[in-house]
Amino acid sequence: MGEVIVVTSGKGGVGKTTTTANLGTGFALQGKKVVLVDADIGLRNLDVVMGLENRIVYDLVDVVEGNCRLKQALIRDKRYESLYLLPAAQTRDKNAVNPDQMKELCAELSQEFEIVIIDCPAGIEQGFKNAIAGADRAIIVTTPEVSAVRDADRIIGLLESEGKHNPKLIINRIRPNMVKKGDMMDIDDIIEILAIDLLGIIPEDEYIIISTNRGEPAVTNPVAAASTAYKNIVRRLLGENIPFMKIEQNDGFFSRLKKVFNF
Amino acid sequence: MFDLIQRLFGKDSAASKDVAKERLRLVLVHDRVNTSPQFMEGLKDDMIKVISNYMDINEKTMEVHFAQTENSVALVANIPVNRMKRGKMLKE
Repeated sequence: MGEVIVVTSGKGGVGKTTTTANLGTGFALQGKKVVLVDADIGLRNLDVVMGLENRIVYDLVDVVEGNCRLKQALIRDKRYESLYLLPAAQTRDKNAVNPDQMKELCAELSQEFEIVIIDCPAGIEQGFKNAIAGADRAIIVTTPEVSAVRDADRIIGLLESEGKHNPKLIINRIRPNMVKKGDMMDIDDIIEILAIDLLGIIPEDEYIIISTNRGEPAVTNPVAAASTAYKNIVRRLLGENIPFMKIEQNDGFFSRLKKVFNF
Repeated sequence: MFDLIQRLFGKDSAASKDVAKERLRLVLVHDRVNTSPQFMEGLKDDMIKVISNYMDINEKTMEVHFAQTENSVALVANIPVNRMKRGKMLKE
């Protein structure tokens, strides 16, 4: 039996889909058999982030409604042997599936795959309830902003009331410069407020935009900072003990000199 | 101007992250109370249990709520007392 992980956040635009794509690809790079499920019915995007938008024939709603077999709807990513995508329907809405159907789907997928990652839609309504229904564990993505942290807190409460305990936190888009100046909440601040376990820190990285433009998850890049951060999270999820990245930038004389002269 | 000089020397009078953190702390007190309907009821029931060991109170008219000032949140309870219980004055 594989593990079903839901990636959620409450607030939109904090990086759920990017995180899902990168963790999924990261697991595949580790040789795990993994399927990504886009639960954002009506606003599908995981397909374009993965660069698989041209290969969709059937979708999640087709599977649930019995218009096709599960295998027919799964898209295999040709670049990584063991990576699959189950796309969302674009022309339907959240009410096209219910939590029981999602539970059933997750159970079926976890027979076949070692890791099932569900990309949850923003919000706390039906789509959220569907996405978390079949999950064994939850990952919450937030950014160091009051709105995102507030929504994350709400999501933690809702997960708790649905019996999903101990969600893990990913703090996305940390800007070391701003943290250093005291103009961005740091890791400790956010952990103190939300009181949940930290799973990883992703620094703000322009390469995320470039890789999304290309439809190639950043985690495949050997040097990008965000790539290393995602790889670390994958290894932590696989049970390895990987220390968290230091987000403070080097503040030696030379780097200060560099800042002063702006080179 | 002074602010600019402070910034130049890397010292910020009021780091905006501290403002963010404080605002979050306060808003989350309210969020957590308001989004969990059982919270206030549970709190009230437990308070009644404890206080009833010491005095008879009027449960029907008691009021428990949160009050917010500029930078703090207080739990305010208004609990009418009918009568004290004599036995509890002594240590058990």
